[in-house]
Amino acid sequence: DKLGLGRAALPEEIAAWDKDVRPDGKGLPVGSGDALVGEEIFADQCASCHGDFAEGVDNWPKLAGGMNTLNREDPLKTVGSYWPHVSTVWDYVNRSMPFGAAQTLAPDDVYAIVAYILYSNDLIEDDFVLSNENLADFELPNVGGFFVDDRETTEYPQFSAPACMENCKDSVEITMHATVLDVTPDDLTDDDPVEEAEAPEPVVEAAVDPALIEAGERVFKKCAACHQVGEGAKHRTGPTLNGMIDRTAGTVDGFKYSPSMIEAGAGDMIWDDATLHAYLEKPRDVVPKTKMSFAGLKKAEDRDAVIAYLATFGE
Amino acid sequence: TPDPLITEVQEWASGLGLGVDDAPYGMPIHFEADVVRRNVEWLTADVISSINFTPIHALDGTITPQGCAFERHHSGAIELAKEDYRLMINGLVDTPLVFTYEDLERFPRVTRTFFLECAANSGMEWAGAQLNGSQFTHGMIHNMEYTGVTLRTLLDEAGIKPEGNWLYVEGADASSNGRSIPMEKALDDCMIAFKANGEALRMEHGYPVRLIVPGWEGNLWVKWLRRMEVTDAPVESREETSKYTDTMENGTSRKWTWVMDAKSVITAPSPQMPIKHGHGPLVITGLAWSGRGAVTGVDVSVNGGKTWAKARLAAPGQEMALTRFYFDYNWQGEEMLLQSRVTDSTGYVQPTKAQLRAVRGLNSVYHNNAIQTWWVKTNGEAENVEVS
Repeated sequence: DKLGLGRAALPEEIAAWDKDVRPDGKGLPVGSGDALVGEEIFADQCASCHGDFAEGVDNWPKLAGGMNTLNREDPLKTVGSYWPHVSTVWDYVNRSMPFGAAQTLAPDDVYAIVAYILYSNDLIEDDFVLSNENLADFELPNVGGFFVDDRETTEYPQFSAPACMENCKDSVEITMHATVLDVTPDDLTDDDPVEEAEAPEPVVEAAVDPALIEAGERVFKKCAACHQVGEGAKHRTGPTLNGMIDRTAGTVDGFKYSPSMIEAGAGDMIWDDATLHAYLEKPRDVVPKTKMSFAGLKKAEDRDAVIAYLATFGE
Repeated sequence: TPDPLITEVQEWASGLGLGVDDAPYGMPIHFEADVVRRNVEWLTADVISSINFTPIHALDGTITPQGCAFERHHSGAIELAKEDYRLMINGLVDTPLVFTYEDLERFPRVTRTFFLECAANSGMEWAGAQLNGSQFTHGMIHNMEYTGVTLRTLLDEAGIKPEGNWLYVEGADASSNGRSIPMEKALDDCMIAFKANGEALRMEHGYPVRLIVPGWEGNLWVKWLRRMEVTDAPVESREETSKYTDTMENGTSRKWTWVMDAKSVITAPSPQMPIKHGHGPLVITGLAWSGRGAVTGVDVSVNGGKTWAKARLAAPGQEMALTRFYFDYNWQGEEMLLQSRVTDSTGYVQPTKAQLRAVRGLNSVYHNNAIQTWWVKTNGEAENVEVS
């Protein structure tokens, strides 16, 4: 009993969204790439989180290493040591990476990046050309390491005995305390309210519209994965942005910039309004090899707002 | 001495309160400002691909208010307007279809209450007691009343081909978070939802439309649902291979561990909810649930599992929804090792950590449904501990 709701999906629409790739290679577009090409793309697009050698930065995923650690304490699960299928890597990179600029890579770039990840795991030579022809045949080491949920036989029978109510054990001793580790976030009520009152007034020029700053704070959420601002800001994937307005590019202490950003600063590039607008619209049009993998803010009002917001943070 | 709060005329009993529309959409009164979602910063690289925790320690009843129901995003919570929303059904179907949000509101509607638990809930406790508070140990859960349309209704509209035995679902956000679901489950009780607890979904829970997969791990409940593809095999996406698989002691890993086994926890007293009153009547309360059916009973132990007594269920257990339990106790200041243990309608009894570890070892992250212990001290403070 169909209700006749909705409309037929057009072939172009299905092609635009139906991108998933299966272990048998179904869904792969035509294309190819090797690790030599992949290394360059990876350095530009992926290394700021995953490290130059796919070894991972901070808490971001490690993509290489960890072979033969799965049966040890704290196994290291990487593409090489854990993932069962190369298709999964291709699918994920193609649709969801780079973080903050998903769906911007061409198929050849994705093949090259995947080849570089395989190379980083010592699974191929650097001149091995990965393509839609051979990807499905490539077997990862842990492909046989998975089995279908067996709780029904290994757990449910033994966990379905009648529950004991009396004399269930002779003695009870505490064997471990959470406080030994002390990793619990502090109680919210511990915050000292006086501190908040004494916080310095933000550096806001009188002419700036508070609504614009507020809008900028919302836009900044797109940046906050990589950049911190305000008191106690630390370098993360990107540098802190306190006091960045009218500063020379690539000059904050303690942050490892891409060579091209340092070069831009050496060429006297200043983060003034015009440069920031251009950079935030399309980062790679301004600094071609910046490691900031961010697609850009298309709307001029979003860029205005976020610049106004950044201007409220002094050094 | 007479209580001045009673004997003296208070300001609020004399002056005037706020008018209507002071808050067109109200927030909890500011005295409750600490009942909020909390993040554990060291768990993840950043807040975009991260998780926070429901303040279950401070809630009661069974329905979780949307505003404090935990969030988990893989590429951040996105703003997707109803008029920009499209849902596609394609793959092994008679007619691939596209629906607008308005189309979805015209299908016959259902309203059902389910819990959503992240597979990683209590995951930090696998190797030992780590976090002090039921919010942090068990707060990757919420329970809402959902309104929407069953997947059976939507898929029938497209017409499933006989070989279509899997359903691949994905979201509109950058992570897409694709997962493969057996068609049998999709047609059994899955639904899409556009309302939760009577109002539109919150952005952080997938506004305007999310998937509901009752009793199964939260990662399958795709938010901002944009596409359902009928297939003849699982896609084996990132979220069903490299994540959400369970590594055993010998290094092999279980996959497709979708169902959430029966579990319970005492929400108060607990490390964030010390006993502040004196000796005498004490309400011990908590939550119980099972992804395989309904809660049929909860037992409470005050001595670390030596002896157990039946708790009182606030209402009979509902299939794949949270059940509230109470244990009315006369506390005389003695130390307690508080535990709760649920039994579900399949006869499954919540195991101890030792029982789970005997099967799975210490290297799993997901699906820790073991009995939790709170050590309540003579001063009423409580700590997360493990016992023999």
